[in-house]
Amino acid sequence: MSMSDVGKMPGEIATPAPAGRQASPAYLNWQRAQVRRRIGIVAAQLGLIAAFLVVWEVAARMLWVNPLLTSYPSAVTSSMITLLQDGVLFKHTWVTLVETITSFVASTALGVVLAVWLWLAPTARRILDPFLVVGNAVPKIALVPIFYIWLGPALSIYGIAIAVAVFIVLLMVHIGFEQTDKNKVKLVRTLGGTTWQILTKVVLPANRSVIVAAMKANIGLSLVGVIVGEFQSAKAGLGYLIVYGSQIFQMDMVMCAIVILGVISLALFVGISLLEKWITDVRLIRAEN
Amino acid sequence: MAIAAGTERAARLAFNDVSLSYFTPSGETLALDSVSFQIGVGEIVSIVGQSGCGKSTLLSLLAGLIAPTSGTVSIDGQAVSEPSAAIGFMLQQDTLFEWRTILENTLLGPELRGHDRAAAHERAEGLLDRYGLRDFKAHFPHQLSGGMRQRAALARTMCLDPSILLLDEPFSALDFQTRIAISDEIAQIIRSEGKTAILVTHDINEAVAMADRVLVMSRRPGRIKSQHVIDFAVADRERASSLELRELPAFNHAFQAIWKDLDVHV
Ligand SMILES: Nc1ncnc2c1ncn2[C@@H]1O[C@H](COP(=O)(O)OP(=O)(O)O)[C@@H](O)[C@H]1O
Ligand SMILES: [Mg+2]
Repeated sequence: MSMSDVGKMPGEIATPAPAGRQASPAYLNWQRAQVRRRIGIVAAQLGLIAAFLVVWEVAARMLWVNPLLTSYPSAVTSSMITLLQDGVLFKHTWVTLVETITSFVASTALGVVLAVWLWLAPTARRILDPFLVVGNAVPKIALVPIFYIWLGPALSIYGIAIAVAVFIVLLMVHIGFEQTDKNKVKLVRTLGGTTWQILTKVVLPANRSVIVAAMKANIGLSLVGVIVGEFQSAKAGLGYLIVYGSQIFQMDMVMCAIVILGVISLALFVGISLLEKWITDVRLIRAEN
Repeated sequence: MAIAAGTERAARLAFNDVSLSYFTPSGETLALDSVSFQIGVGEIVSIVGQSGCGKSTLLSLLAGLIAPTSGTVSIDGQAVSEPSAAIGFMLQQDTLFEWRTILENTLLGPELRGHDRAAAHERAEGLLDRYGLRDFKAHFPHQLSGGMRQRAALARTMCLDPSILLLDEPFSALDFQTRIAISDEIAQIIRSEGKTAILVTHDINEAVAMADRVLVMSRRPGRIKSQHVIDFAVADRERASSLELRELPAFNHAFQAIWKDLDVHV
C-alpha cells in the first residue's frame, strides 16, 4: 500500500482556493475598506508633520517663543539651501554617514562573531556572563574622553560608536542562540551532525530574524555613538555642525543638522528593512543543491 | 528482570543492566534503574509508561546522545558511543526546518553525513513520491498539514536508510483521525521494509496496534515492569487497519493487561 492510497483525511491536504474564481462583492468591499484605511493612515502621518511645522512657524513668527532660540521652518529651509549650495551640508552629511555605516557594520559583525564564540565555548560563556551584563549597563558615553585620549580624534568616533552598539547585538544574538529549538539541535545530532554543522545548519538560519532585530536596534545606537564622538573631537560631520552652530548661536544651522539626522535615520532604517526582506527570505539559506 | 528478544530472532538492540542518572545543580535524578532487555532483528516494540518514567532517556541512550551511568547499551553487539548511522530518530515534533523546502528537509541527513548528492537526491524523490508528497517537494513546511509534515519527517528519517527506527511519541501532535491514519501507514512502511523499531507512546491502543511486543515501564526510576507479546494472526496484521484490530479479542486482552500494569492512579 502506498501512502497516497490512504486518501484525504479530514484536514490533511491543504488545497488552495481554485484560481480565477470571482471574488464576492463583500470581499471587494472589504478590500476597498482596507485601501481607504491605509490611505487614511498615511494622510494622518503627513498631517501630523504639517501641523507640527505650521505650529512651529507660527509660534516663532508671533513671538510666542523666542525665534533666536527655536529658529523656525522657513529659516531652517533657507539655511539649508545656503549650506547645500556651499556643498558644506553635503560634506558633513557624507562624513557622518560613512562613520555611521562603518561603525554599524563593524559592531554588527563583532557582536555576531562574539555570540558565535560564546555559543561554541560554554565555559567562556559562564565566565563572561556577569561581565557582559555590566559591560552593557556601563554608560559608554562616559568613555568618550578616554577614547579620545587613547585613539585620537578620528578613530575615537568609531571606537565610541562601536562600544555603544556592540553590546546590544551581542546580547540579543546570544539570547537568540540560547533559545534555538532544542529539538532541531537534537535532530541534527541524531543525523550525525557536528557542532559546526549545528551552528551553520540550525542556529544561524533559525536566528536570522533575531540578527535583523539586533541590526535594527544597532543602527540607532551607532548613530548616537557617532554624533557623540563628533561632539568631542570632530572637524567635520553633523555632530560637529551642531556643536559649531550652537557655539556661534546659529540655531538655523543646528536645526538644519538635526533635520538631516532625522532623514539619515529614516534612510538607514529603510535600508535595513530592505536587507531584512533579503535576509529572512526563506529561499536565501537553503541546501546547496 | 531480564527480557529476551522476541521469539527465535537474533538480538539487534540490547540494554544490559543500564542505569542513568541526570545530574543538575538542584539534585540527582535516577531516570533509569537497572534496565535490561533485548530487541530482535525486524521486531517492532512499543514502550509505554507514564510521563517522566524515562522513555525518552532510553531512546537517547540508543541514539548515542547520552552515555549510561552504568551498564551497556549495544547495537549488534557493539557498545553505543556516538550517533550511529544505523539509527533513525523521529521526534514528537516534526522539527522540519521552516527555511528549507520539503525536498531540502528530506536531504538533511545525507547532507550532514556528506553523502553523494545525486544518489541522495534520487532516494529522497523516491521516498517523497511513495509517501504521497510528490506535489509538495518544493513547498515549505508551513504550507503542509500536520499529517503531511509528519510524513515529510519520516521521509527525512528514511533518507539515510536506517535499519533501526526510534520513534518518540511521533504522533502525539496530530489530531485523532490523522493520527490513526498516519500510524497505520508508518507501521506498514516499517513492516514492509523489515526495519527494527522502538515506538515510545503513552497511548496503549497505539502501542498494541503497531507493535509485536509491548514493554511497560514503571514510574521513575524507570524499570521494565512487564512485557506483553501481541499475538495477532499474521493475516489480521496484514489486512486490518488498527481500527479493525481494535475489535479483536486479542487486542482487548492485551489492552486490559497493559492498563493494569501501568497502574494509573487518577
Ligand atoms: N536533561 C535532563 N536533565 C535533568 N533531568 C532530566 C533530563 N532529561 C530528563 N530528565 C528527567 O528524567 C526523567 C525521565 O525523563 P524522560 O526520559 O524525558 O521521560 P519520558 O520521556 O518518559 O517522559 C524525568 O523525571 C525528567 O525530569
Ligand atoms: Mg519523552
